[in-house]
Amino acid sequence: MSDIQSAFAPDLARTPLDELHRSHGARMTPFAGYVMPLQYPSGIIKEHLHTRAEAGLFDASHMGQAILEGPLAARRLETLVPGDIEGLAPGRMRYTQLLDPDGHILDDLMVTRLADEGGRERLFLIVNAGAKAADFAHLAAKLPDLALTLLDKRALLALQGPKAAEVLVRRLRRAGQDLAAQDLAKMPFMSACEIDLGGVDLKISRSGYTGEDGFEISVPAAASVALAQDLLSEPEVLLIGLGARDSLRLEAGLCLCGHDIDGTTDPVEAGLAWSIPRRRREEGGFPGAEAILQAIAKGPSRRRAGFLIEGKAPAREGAQIAALDGQAIGRLTSGGFAPSLGRPIAMGYVDAAHAAIGAPVQLLAREKSIPAKVASMPFVPHRYYRGA
Amino acid sequence: MPTFYTKEHEYIRIEGEEGVVGVTDYAQSQLGDVVFVELPLIGKSLTKGAESAVVESVKAASGVNAPVSGEVVDINRALEETPAMVNQDAAGAGWFFRLKLTDPAELETLMNEAAYQDYVKTFG
Repeated sequence: MSDIQSAFAPDLARTPLDELHRSHGARMTPFAGYVMPLQYPSGIIKEHLHTRAEAGLFDASHMGQAILEGPLAARRLETLVPGDIEGLAPGRMRYTQLLDPDGHILDDLMVTRLADEGGRERLFLIVNAGAKAADFAHLAAKLPDLALTLLDKRALLALQGPKAAEVLVRRLRRAGQDLAAQDLAKMPFMSACEIDLGGVDLKISRSGYTGEDGFEISVPAAASVALAQDLLSEPEVLLIGLGARDSLRLEAGLCLCGHDIDGTTDPVEAGLAWSIPRRRREEGGFPGAEAILQAIAKGPSRRRAGFLIEGKAPAREGAQIAALDGQAIGRLTSGGFAPSLGRPIAMGYVDAAHAAIGAPVQLLAREKSIPAKVASMPFVPHRYYRGA
Repeated sequence: MPTFYTKEHEYIRIEGEEGVVGVTDYAQSQLGDVVFVELPLIGKSLTKGAESAVVESVKAASGVNAPVSGEVVDINRALEETPAMVNQDAAGAGWFFRLKLTDPAELETLMNEAAYQDYVKTFG
């Protein structure tokens, strides 16, 4: 077997939870400059299914966290992203993309509006690990009038799954935080709060990367191991590695930056036009606005699409997509086995003329042609909590 | 029934003039959950070191090379329906294919059981 690797790379960064992963028997793998847990002894399929059935705890501390603040910070950030940031009420969160001057995607990110402090608007940003250095340099260069504070002494945990809310509420109650527990239980998807838990300041948002209900918890690095152990002591919670994180997000139809979206794709062909609201379309004022608004009006020439693969052989990133007559019509950007469906799935970009749901295609992998059909995404329905 | 091993974690268990080929327990533990195995056609001639099968885990595809040269005389069709057998019993029910050896002297280039166990220890 050609590609079994022993992951030893001394220059990789470690998250504050590194020891915890190893003590749980994690197989570590290099990812975006960090050594991260790929899986634990239970294996990717079990970790994946457990997250869909109960609750999974993920270490996302490799991701970049920062506070961007200053007068009119929301309006200023809108000069770099097409999302509605000005319209964000304190405690609300939004998904958007940092764009280059052509409207291509530098990175995708979550923006949370924190409570103002003395006339200064404060935005809490979470960006991808692989892009964070470039993102923060870009923000500092383009928005010199704002203060950008990197929160590189904070860890990020994600608790995901149908039991996540129950578990987190129980832990808060046990810590004597009944009010916070009540608020948290009612908090809808894409909202956030700040909680002081025995002197530890937590930023908790109802969000995630699995398609399930769940939370992302920013916690000071020094308190992160204790919090993780605390959550793991709950019977519903299992540690989940990057392998299942990837299969969960693929089933949920969510993009992996650097693969499904990158500096060659724009938000419209990526199927992310929903994140560009009407006001931004009317006003423009974001990088590549002209090209993006034209793509919205005319329809993009290619689209990100999902594929249900027939048979058991997976097709991976890079595989060519062909029409039944053999004409090349696109390329896969993600692909793999979907544990919840028990079959392989994929996503990729395909000529718009061939992107109709149900259209038959062939995927060319390892000199073989694998039959597949264009499928609607998400492959597995989202189960976000949108309020009672 | 001596078993021989490659540095790439394939095994071949010799049974008379034939050998049963698979991946080792260490290999399956590194691959993680196996979801698909592509086997060679019966009758195919393989040369030592040539890619003979592909094993797909949740994360990635890995090539499986022929440990020695020979002709494929049988394949483990049960893996088509139950690829997870590679995880459950790599050295037994999770075998890949049976090879009729064309040059048994090639076995001398492989590791025996003791040498392979020492070799695996070097991976920590």
